[in-house]
Amino acid sequence: MRALTDFTIASDDPSSGTNGGATLAFSGPMTVASLGAIDARIRHISDPLSQIDMTGVTRIDTVGAWVAWHLAQRTGARIVNCKPEAERLIAAIRKADDNRESVRADRLPLFERVPAVIGDTVIGLANGGLQVLGFLGLYVQACWSLLRRPSTFRTKALIHQMELVGVNALGIIALMSFLVGIVIAQQGAVQLRQFGAEIYTVNLVGRLTLRELGILMTAIMVAGRSGSAFAAQLGTMKLTEEVDAMRTIGVSPMEALVIPRILATMIMMPLLGIYSSFLGIIGGAFLSSLTLGIPFFTFLARIQEVVPLHDVWVGLVKGPVFGLIVAVSGCYQGLQVRNNAEEVGTRTTAAVVMAIFMVIVLDAFFAVFFTEIGWG
Amino acid sequence: MSETSEFPIRVRGLKNVFGDHVVHEGLDLEVRKGEIIGVVGGSGTGKSVLMRSIIGLQVPAEGEIEVLGSKITDARDDEDIDIRSRWGVLFQGGALFSTLTVAENVEVPLREFYPEIKDELRHEIARYKVLLSGLPANATGKYPSELSGGMKKRAGLARALALDPELLFLDEPTAGLDPIGAAAFDQLILGLQQTLDLTVFLITHDLDTLYEICDRVAVLADRKVIACGTIPELLALDHPWIQEYFNGPRGRAAQSAKHRNDTRADAAGSSAPAPLDETAQEQQEG
Repeated sequence: MRALTDFTIASDDPSSGTNGGATLAFSGPMTVASLGAIDARIRHISDPLSQIDMTGVTRIDTVGAWVAWHLAQRTGARIVNCKPEAERLIAAIRKADDNRESVRADRLPLFERVPAVIGDTVIGLANGGLQVLGFLGLYVQACWSLLRRPSTFRTKALIHQMELVGVNALGIIALMSFLVGIVIAQQGAVQLRQFGAEIYTVNLVGRLTLRELGILMTAIMVAGRSGSAFAAQLGTMKLTEEVDAMRTIGVSPMEALVIPRILATMIMMPLLGIYSSFLGIIGGAFLSSLTLGIPFFTFLARIQEVVPLHDVWVGLVKGPVFGLIVAVSGCYQGLQVRNNAEEVGTRTTAAVVMAIFMVIVLDAFFAVFFTEIGWG
Repeated sequence: MSETSEFPIRVRGLKNVFGDHVVHEGLDLEVRKGEIIGVVGGSGTGKSVLMRSIIGLQVPAEGEIEVLGSKITDARDDEDIDIRSRWGVLFQGGALFSTLTVAENVEVPLREFYPEIKDELRHEIARYKVLLSGLPANATGKYPSELSGGMKKRAGLARALALDPELLFLDEPTAGLDPIGAAAFDQLILGLQQTLDLTVFLITHDLDTLYEICDRVAVLADRKVIACGTIPELLALDHPWIQEYFNGPRGRAAQSAKHRNDTRADAAGSSAPAPLDETAQEQQEG
């Protein structure tokens, strides 16, 4: 149990020469460890004081000096009987007394804050949209200047990113797609059985995975794996001034960092999408052979007959577009990081959310578009 | 908090090894109460590792470290919490929490160790600590990213001083500051040391700092403290590194600067610098 500060107030004694007002005497240690409990009581003292007696103070630090000095300022009392140590600290505190700044900018009241946040968000979205467009423009420009000077292209960085984005994702995408294929086949079979049309499970699995699910699930997985990694990497490089260092050396961050990442994602995404579709079909075939009585290779042969070739094209066309969206939002958000470590986190989240949202919006657009042009 | 031993820091037979690279071996050091001890040594001699060992961030391979009367080397994490409230550490880059304002950074140790302190008093403590560290009042609510390098160090110092520690560890406090800022920081440390009765463990490369404010200097070389004493004592030794360090061109410049300052101060008739007068000047400078 640590010792605490205490105080007593002795009322006015005419003989002591204190004219009008009591004497407050502190006792015990006056340190940061001992003052917390008693501070509220000291603040509530309303009696007029003429003296603050420090005789009984055993130890004092700047917090004790501050409390005594603050009380003296408030009540107009004099501080008496200080030990030299207390004298020195109070003198130091007196010089550091005029800070009226608030510790953190005050928050607006709720009825102002809510509209302010909504307004900021709307303006932020509009500006963000424009800035993403601007970023895309910069990217195209950088690609153009790269085309004119192809020798500056960073093949190694591209290959490295292709490995990170594509090759390292093979395992998780295979597992995910295989399971999704099983789920589609199983659920589809349950519904189709009601019409005695279980054989159409093959069409369902084949067309759904190749047209939609293979590439969509892959895009979501890549957004979570690589889009977030781009944002966090570039954001941290921005914070540690690596990006600025590159610029001063004459290396364009666009060429060195952004182009390899975007290109790698655009190249790998259709490949991963097709791979995912195949694994989905295998999953479906696996389940069908187990529960529907359709042999594994018969299922695969049927796929060839019932899935039109344009379904494969639909999946392949979407691939690079989704790759572009995922990589651009990752790189863009990463390069927007400023000031502090928290930004890296919020920007990474924003990159993933933006990528997945845009992918789904564009997927809806593609679905309508391809049906309209007769690839239904 | 009763034991007031004569040596707040004692290091005995310290050995630190990274892989097969031996950084320290058989290192002994004693820091006296109320002194400013400067630790010097070439790059890679393990000055920062020594500091990290003393404050318990680096577990040494061998040896015994005693800080403020308790053994860091045997302490479990929850046991040495009491000691942690009695020292303050200023890291090289300031190591401020980037999502908190300067004042909130100062409040972190207060919240951690003394949760019974109410908001009002805690804010007041943070505000005066900011001024004591030589920052202008308007830095109180700013974020670390809005501060210059020198101001970040002062803010880090304010946080290190938050609990009125007995021991202050400084890792290259003047590195990266301009000469005027560095000199002001030296004087700030000296003033605070005298006012708050601190024992200061200071790692530095700055010869001016050594001459101006250090009571003793410990020299790290050959994996141990090869010498520890006042600068004249060190100059009397004929170790080649020490001779080169203090008698090299920069060493001589710092020496003559110190000599010039002393004679000027003597002529003006004022001897010891008055504690904390400097902070007032630096507020205007910052």
